[in-house]
Formats: sequence, C-alpha cells, structure tokens
Amino acid sequence: MKRILSYPEAIREAIECEMARDASVVVIGQGVDDPKAILGTTKGLVERFGPERVFDTPLSEDGMTGVALGLALAGLRPIHTHIRMDFILLAMNQIVNMAAKMRYMSGGKVRVSMVIRATIGKSWGQGAQHSQSLYPMLMNIPGLKIVAPATPYDAKGCMIEAVEDHNTVLFIEHRSLYYQKGPVPQGRYRTHFGKARILSKGGDITLIGISQMAIECLRAKKYLEEIGVNAEVIDLVSLSSLDMETIESSIKKTKKVVVVDNAWMPCAAGAEIISRLVEKGLLEGVAAQRMGFSFVPCPTTPSLEKYFYPDAKKIALKAANMIFPHRKGWKPKTEIKIEEIEFKGPF
Amino acid sequence: MNLTLTEKFYRSFYKIRRVEEEIIRIYPTDKIKSPVHLSIGQEAVSVGVCQALSSQDVVFGSYRGHAMYLAKGADLKKMIAELYGKKTGCAKGKGGSMHLSAVEKGVMVTSAIVGTTIPVSVGYAYGLKLKKLSACAVSFFGDGAVDEGVFHESMNFAALKKLPILFICENNRYAIHSHQLKRQRYDNIWERVKGYGIFSERIEDGDVFKIYDFAKKYIAKIRKKECGPIFLECLTCRWKEHVGPNDDFHLGYRSKEEVDIWKKKDELIRLRSLLSSKKAERIEKEVEGEVEKAFAYAEKSEFPGEEELLTDLFFEKKQ
Repeated sequence: MKRILSYPEAIREAIECEMARDASVVVIGQGVDDPKAILGTTKGLVERFGPERVFDTPLSEDGMTGVALGLALAGLRPIHTHIRMDFILLAMNQIVNMAAKMRYMSGGKVRVSMVIRATIGKSWGQGAQHSQSLYPMLMNIPGLKIVAPATPYDAKGCMIEAVEDHNTVLFIEHRSLYYQKGPVPQGRYRTHFGKARILSKGGDITLIGISQMAIECLRAKKYLEEIGVNAEVIDLVSLSSLDMETIESSIKKTKKVVVVDNAWMPCAAGAEIISRLVEKGLLEGVAAQRMGFSFVPCPTTPSLEKYFYPDAKKIALKAANMIFPHRKGWKPKTEIKIEEIEFKGPF
Repeated sequence: MNLTLTEKFYRSFYKIRRVEEEIIRIYPTDKIKSPVHLSIGQEAVSVGVCQALSSQDVVFGSYRGHAMYLAKGADLKKMIAELYGKKTGCAKGKGGSMHLSAVEKGVMVTSAIVGTTIPVSVGYAYGLKLKKLSACAVSFFGDGAVDEGVFHESMNFAALKKLPILFICENNRYAIHSHQLKRQRYDNIWERVKGYGIFSERIEDGDVFKIYDFAKKYIAKIRKKECGPIFLECLTCRWKEHVGPNDDFHLGYRSKEEVDIWKKKDELIRLRSLLSSKKAERIEKEVEGEVEKAFAYAEKSEFPGEEELLTDLFFEKKQ
C-alpha cells in the first residue's frame, strides 16, 4: 500500500523533517504559529521546535525578508512564508537587490541559504490582489532558484532540496494544489532542481503545465482521450533552470506543444521555452502554442473569472484544434472534476 | 607593539583619511573603476565604534563604507584592488566601492540601496541570539535611511525581540543634496527611535572618544544581555560631494561655512596633538607605506578574465 498524503501534509512533513535534522532551520512569517498554521503546512512546528525557531512576524515584508537574509548570513536556514504571493511585491527590494546578488557582489564569499514560500490564490473571489502568480518576473533575475511543484511527492522533495540548497530558493505553491493527494514516501528524499517530471506519457501532443496548470493538463489529457488523442503531460517543476532536454525529446516525438503558464503570458515560461526551441531550430514542422491568464487583473466575480484562467477544457480544445485543424466544434462530453485528477506516479 | 588607545585611534583615523585623500588624488586618472562615496570627514564615527568591537562582532553598512571597512580592520590592499576592478579585490572586482565586504574581518555586507542592510543586520543579530553567541551586530547607516520604511520595520523588530545590535546613524544632514529638514519634520532621529522601545542617545560634536565610550559601554551591556538594541545618532559632516572626489559648494545647496565649522574641529588634528611628535610620525610613516603599497598592489594586479563572468552566482554543492 502506497502512503498517500495531501499537498500541504507533504510540505509540512518536509519542513518538520528538515527542522528535526538540522537545528539551523527556522520558520518565519505571518501566521506560521497561529491556529490555522498556513493551511496546515506549519502545524505543530512551534510546539515541537519552540518559538525561537518558529515565529510569527510583524506585517513588514521588506524588513522581514532582510531579517531572513541576515539569518542566512548568520548560518541559519530560514524558511520565510508568505500566505499570498502578492505580498512578495513588498519584499522585492530585499529579494532582487540583496538576496539574489549577495553572493556575486561579494565575489563568492557569502552564501544565502534561504527559502521563500509563496502561495498563489485562485477563485472564491480572491480578486486582483490575492491571485497573482509572479514567477515570470522572478525568472528574469539571475541569482534566484524557483520551483513550483505540482504533486505532493515533489512538494516534499523540492522543499527538502530547497532547505538544503545554499542559495535563495523561491518555493511556489498553488492553493488549488492543496486538494491534491498522492504517494509520498516516508523519510528524506530530494527532487533535484532542473528536472521536469513527465506526469503522463503520450505520443500525440506535448502539454507542459506550470504549477496547478500541470494538473489541468492531466485533466485535459483525459478529455482528449475521448477523441483518441494521447497527450504527453510534463510538469515543469523547476522554473529557474528549465529542463529543455525533457521538453525537446517529447517534442521530437509529438511535433506539437502547448505550454500552459500559470501566469500572464508576456515574458513567461511559455515565451521562454518556445524562444529557446526557436533558437535551436527545433520548431521546424512543430506547432507551438502558449496559454495563460487573460492580460487583465484577475476579476473577482466567477462569471468573469472563468474566462480569465486557462482550464482543462480550454487546453483540450486548443490541443484538439492543433491536431485536427479541420474538425471544429468538438467539446468534451464528460465532465472531469479537478478533485478526480491525482497523480499517482510512477516517480 | 602595544599601542595606547589614542595611538590606535590615530592610526586608524589617519589611515582612512590618507586613503580617501589618495583616492581623491588618483580619481581623475580613471584608474578607479567604481563610483566613490567618500567617508572623508565622517571618520570619527567608524573609528570610535569599531575600536570598541571585537573581531567576532559583525558590521553592516552602506555605499559610504570605506571608513567602516578600514576601521573594522579589513584589508586595505583588497579594498583598493576592488576599487580598481581587479581580481585581487575583496570581491574580485564584482562589487566595487559600494559593495565592500570582508567576512573574515566581520565586514558582512554594504549596499548601494539606502537602508537595505539594516534589516539584514537585525536578522544577523537574531541569529547570534539563537546560537547563544556573545557577539554583537552593528548597523551603520545615514540620516537618509531613516526616511525609508524598512528602517522603521527594523527598529520595531529589533526592539520586539530584544536583539543584540547597535544601530549607528551617521547623520551628515544630507541625502545627496537634500537636507534632513526637507525630508523629515523634526531633527530628532534619536528621540523618535525611543518610541520603539530602544535606548538611544545623540553625540553632536563628533568627539571620537565620546563615540568610543558610548559603544564600549553598551556593547558590554549587550554582550551580558543586560539590554536589547541600542541606538546612537552621531552628527557628522561629509566634506565632499555625495559621490566623487570634489567639493560641490558651487551647487548652492549648502555653504562652505557649514563644512568649515567641522573642518576646524577636525578630530584627526586633535588626536595628533595628544601624541608626541615622535609617536605620531612613526604611525604616519607606517601608514604611508601601507597606502603606497596598496595602490601599487592594485595597479599591478590583473583584471578578472572572461572566465570569471558567470562564476559566483550560486553556491554549488560539491558533488
């Protein structure tokens, strides 16, 4: 019997595992020690490791990111948590001007072992300032490592790797992924940064999803099965070092690719991946498309929000139109709930 | 060689002054490949504070960091080489004058963005406390940093957690050309800080002994955990323009007389008057030799090659 954990349980387990192993790991952020414990991801940590290693912070994102950097310079390994990714905009000075540059500016003398957790919100009326997915901005900054795992397995593996890394790692979580359950082995294991995960093999089209969009791509694959299309689904996982090798070998096979960003499209992962493929001359005879958020702030009402985000049906339709350009008008007959999509491996 | 306190002060002060004077002299040749924000005129603050520190204590500063770097005992040759953009520099030429560091001597970080090292020093102090070390963090910044939101975030957190840190505000009155009272309602930085629950004083005359005595006394208390963070505002004077080696009285934002008041009470001259000529001359001779050697070292060092461009971005684990 495989051991099944939810996404937040996997994060919590990884943090607890690292805190138990290494006394220099500390967890800071607004609400990390409160009763809701960042949707359960920091539950029980203050009780086990004490208030010196797990502490709530004032609402000072800029200052507290500087504090986390100072902790790292003092030899600790802070995990700084932001329950909304939108809040890191207040911390950009410390992230971009300081953390990302500290090692380079010192000629390689200092290390910044720091994890910044940022949770992306969606739906329930989150609106424009609680739903942003700002990784494209961060991908443009040298000196940052960025991961956005989509499965509980990789959430644990990436968190352990992030804590152990001697650099600043942005760990991006999507609220909708918190419903994901999947196999998570006991004990320590690491998901190496720079390696994408093939969530499902297929030969007809390559669907590359970022964060929660990887799960939407898996759902799209189910829809596409209705019309006999077998999609390959890739979870990018690592955003700062793109696994072009995995992408290239998939495209060689499928000759069709859709990159689904969990963000606005300009200068995002889709733009970067497709540019790299163009530069290497790998898109000859290959159909390539991007998907992402509509280029407006996220509306609050569900009647508009449903048009704002890509989802499985939109991805499936895009894929179907690429494969059968002359056969318009197909719509999936069945309705597959997102809760039904769980990735069970193999890892 | 055992130096008296006055001799140590004079040595440190004289060295910083002479280095800045040499930078001023050399700068027009374009050998220095980095904008310089000179400490000349403000030396007493760094000398007074750093003489009270131990080698375990760690300082954080700003782009106007030459005095702090040297007063903490960091390597002069590596500093000048860094200004020259050479690979023998303290950051292999990747930092420059605004990003001097010498971790081995407790000079952790300096930054070109006003106020940015203040929360970092606070976090470092938290680390010292958590690790139960008796060392102290010291944060140097100017009056301009007090305008920044992060200054207030940092004061609040340092007080909240009673951290082992000494804050040193070098108030030279100007943020580039903008006087403090064009930016702040009151000339009372030290008093405002008390509202956060931080013990605070101000030294108005730039007396290097007073600054030293204050730092010595409160560093000892911080080490014994008898107090939380301590704040000292030191009034001082930037003799030169904001950035570069020149006077800038022609701009009209401040008067020559205002600066002359400070030049007349130059602490360097007072320190020298407290020493015998023989002792002072011996120190001067030694320092002159060091300065000459440092510039020669920078001059003959090589620039980093292209192979250096992409290194030092990430710490790579040894496989």
